[in-house]
Amino acid sequence: MANLTSFNLRDKGAQIWAGWSRPVRTIFVIAVIVLIGLMPFAASWGPTSFLNTPITSFQNVLVYPVGMFIMMALGLNIVVGKSGLLDLGYVAFFAIGAYTQGILSTLYGWNTWEVMPFGIAFAMVAGVILGLPALRLRGDYLAIITLGFGEIVRIVAINLSVTGGANGIPGITNPPSFLGLHFDLMHPETYFWLVFFMILLVIWMVRRFTVRRPGRAWEAIRQDEDVAALMGVNTLVYKLWSFVIGAAVGGAAGVLYASKVAVISPDMFKFDVSILILACVVFGGIGNIWGVALGAALLAYLPERIRFISDARQLVFGLVLIIMMNMRPDGLLPRKKREKITEKGAK
Amino acid sequence: MRLEIKDLRVHYGKIEAIKGVSVVVNEGEIVTLIGANGAGKTTILKTISGLRPVSSGSINFDGQDINKIPAHERVDLGISQVPEGRGIFPGMTVLENLEMGKFNRKDRKNEMDEDLDRVYTLFPRLKERASQAGGTLSGGEQQMLAMGRALMARPKVLLLDEPSMGLAPQMIANIFRIITEINKQGVTILLVEQNAQQALQRAHRAYILETGNVTKEAAAADLLNDPAVREAYLGTGAH
Amino acid sequence: MNFSVITTQFWSLVLQGLALGLIYALVSLGYTMVYGVLRLINFANSEVFMIGTFATLYLEVHVLGYATNSPSLHGAKLIWTLFLVFVGAMIACALIAMLVELVAYRRLRARGANRLASLISAIGVSIALLEGMRIITISRPMTTPRLLDKWSFGQFHGANFRIDTMMAIVVPIIIFVVLDRFVTKSRLGKSIRAVSMSEENSKLMGININRVITLTFCIGGLTTGAAAFIYTTVYENTVFNVGFNMGIAAFTAAVLGGIGNLRGAFYGGIALGMLEQFASAMLGSQWKAVTVFTVLVVVLLFKPNGLFGEAVQQTRT
Repeated sequence: MANLTSFNLRDKGAQIWAGWSRPVRTIFVIAVIVLIGLMPFAASWGPTSFLNTPITSFQNVLVYPVGMFIMMALGLNIVVGKSGLLDLGYVAFFAIGAYTQGILSTLYGWNTWEVMPFGIAFAMVAGVILGLPALRLRGDYLAIITLGFGEIVRIVAINLSVTGGANGIPGITNPPSFLGLHFDLMHPETYFWLVFFMILLVIWMVRRFTVRRPGRAWEAIRQDEDVAALMGVNTLVYKLWSFVIGAAVGGAAGVLYASKVAVISPDMFKFDVSILILACVVFGGIGNIWGVALGAALLAYLPERIRFISDARQLVFGLVLIIMMNMRPDGLLPRKKREKITEKGAK
Repeated sequence: MRLEIKDLRVHYGKIEAIKGVSVVVNEGEIVTLIGANGAGKTTILKTISGLRPVSSGSINFDGQDINKIPAHERVDLGISQVPEGRGIFPGMTVLENLEMGKFNRKDRKNEMDEDLDRVYTLFPRLKERASQAGGTLSGGEQQMLAMGRALMARPKVLLLDEPSMGLAPQMIANIFRIITEINKQGVTILLVEQNAQQALQRAHRAYILETGNVTKEAAAADLLNDPAVREAYLGTGAH
Repeated sequence: MNFSVITTQFWSLVLQGLALGLIYALVSLGYTMVYGVLRLINFANSEVFMIGTFATLYLEVHVLGYATNSPSLHGAKLIWTLFLVFVGAMIACALIAMLVELVAYRRLRARGANRLASLISAIGVSIALLEGMRIITISRPMTTPRLLDKWSFGQFHGANFRIDTMMAIVVPIIIFVVLDRFVTKSRLGKSIRAVSMSEENSKLMGININRVITLTFCIGGLTTGAAAFIYTTVYENTVFNVGFNMGIAAFTAAVLGGIGNLRGAFYGGIALGMLEQFASAMLGSQWKAVTVFTVLVVVLLFKPNGLFGEAVQQTRT
């Protein structure tokens, strides 16, 4: 029990990784990528067929919720994990991305690739609009403001005609074929590869940021905002950056999502999604991208896998959260030990 | 009554802050712990009052091992701490703060007036400010309030953490005079100080603490004349 | 945009806003009290409220045996029945709130875990309660018997002084007065204030922190239960997700007034209730939430600690 709770797989993994030479690392990464790329076929291959999900097909589950959740959790992790801002309304950016895709594709016939930069841009602008006032406030107030923002976006979507009101927008086009890959109902695996590619992009981006100036500024802000300010970190600007980058990832996920499901409506963007994504982040190991990705994969997949107990699956989900947090409050794969904030400081 | 700490070790995470310290405080004494910042003085006091868990070693009070007793029950045993930085309740009045000192006393109703009298006699200033919010007092007054509040619990031993910190020289002299006074009323005192000069003048015995270890133990008067101690803790010794 | 309602329905809106706001205020105590001592958002309080509404229903229908179409009660029997249900709902909520603390917070606190871990475990409890009730009630809204005949004391410029509206105003005010006195004057109340100022120094006073925290959850549960009873008596129905909107509103009220501050919760609740009523009347109820959050952001920008601040006496040093 003590071992289970204090064992830090992340540190162990980092140790092994550090012991490898460059070619070994490259082979390992390629192998992992290939393995994950083969995931859509896992359900139909004997030994891994236990993974199959009862109601929605496994390949679709891999795209949404699993892939989408991983992507969004990684995006939210930039906000919550890296700079320590509690965002309870992350679904807003997801919704903005999705509605951008919905509106631009149905009204103007733009395809997914054309909409993508706009979806990301609108989410970022929304991030600035929300962030500029909200990020001046103390941490706990940010929670309620972001929560409210998430609700507002949904309410606005219900009440405007351009968003189709409560019925939403039907008939959103799938992405056009690309490099001979077809994106339609018959080919969920290509969607998965697309989402997987986006996830890799996000991971690459987050890692770039983390080792550079913004990463260090976020780290300083997370540990002690006042001291960070005294060190000359423009805390508002860096907080805003983390917020906006997180929003961009959410927006991108939204664009993809809308072009996959073809129909969007306001009730897909409820508060539960924000909470679920946040749960993914904390459950997996806040601040650590591998943990977050694993947490999101598990939390997205689990309810689908146990659909046979259909009614009780959310109840089980709640209980899993309680038990997991009590057993491993730092998540499945916690962040590096040195990054943890020492409580009260050693004095 | 006797407070005996044997081979105490305390950790903050993986860092060992106290590395096997033994300290004895006998009934009626003023004992002082002297040391630089980060030597572990405050940690020792917090461990005695139960705010920090012990890694190994024992704390024995009044013939009883108190290691397992939670902090809030140690007050009932007769251990009161005046924390570093006073730790008064800023939003409560002076009187309310003093009453909080008696939070757990069984006989608090009957004792209240008598003990308030005693505190007000020691610190007349507090009586004048009785209905003022604690947070509006000056640093010296807050220190008085913190000490008065601790006395309300009728402690057998009083743990004082840097009572002179941030006070004007005159106020420091005043506070130390009152410490002696309290001791004369029969309260044993364990005093942690950076102001070694004052502390050694008032104390009976002293321990010198360096990075989690006791490096010297002697009668306070001897240390006051010890050249090495004068060098390290009392300025150049040019008095 | 319809400004004329301000003149035509002014007193009616004020009355309704007051009644709604004071229900919010009671629920917001469940957030504010806990925030005061733990500095954590008591996320599961919305579901405590939900349990309270079902406790009211359960007591009326299954324990006291009134059918949905039972005739209203009168005289002493009415008062005793309502009082019994009122107390029962409060106790049920207090028990649930203390259970929430035990399950979601206690262990994590003892381990010094990060705040988000507590938040997620509280969310877990919240989901479990919500889903549990959804399964039990098969997602169906339920109607409670009209034990209280909705007679009116009279009208004043269009404001209808109905008995249940008056109850929704008077009962919370009484609770707030009692609670305010309890926190400022009583020994236990002072221990709550002491812990909210400094946990460590409270221990040095001999205060058992865990007991104070349990007490705080208990009080938050009691007031939330009272709110749930009033809500159910006024609206005469409930559904498994009734806590969601109530929780958001109550939390907003707490922040608006200054979280951690008892009187802030009172005025924050009233302010929010009024705001919602007037915004609904003027802009249409679909824009209510948007107005509320815009006002909240503006208020917090100018008064970062809420309208009434995190009372000086609560500020942690």
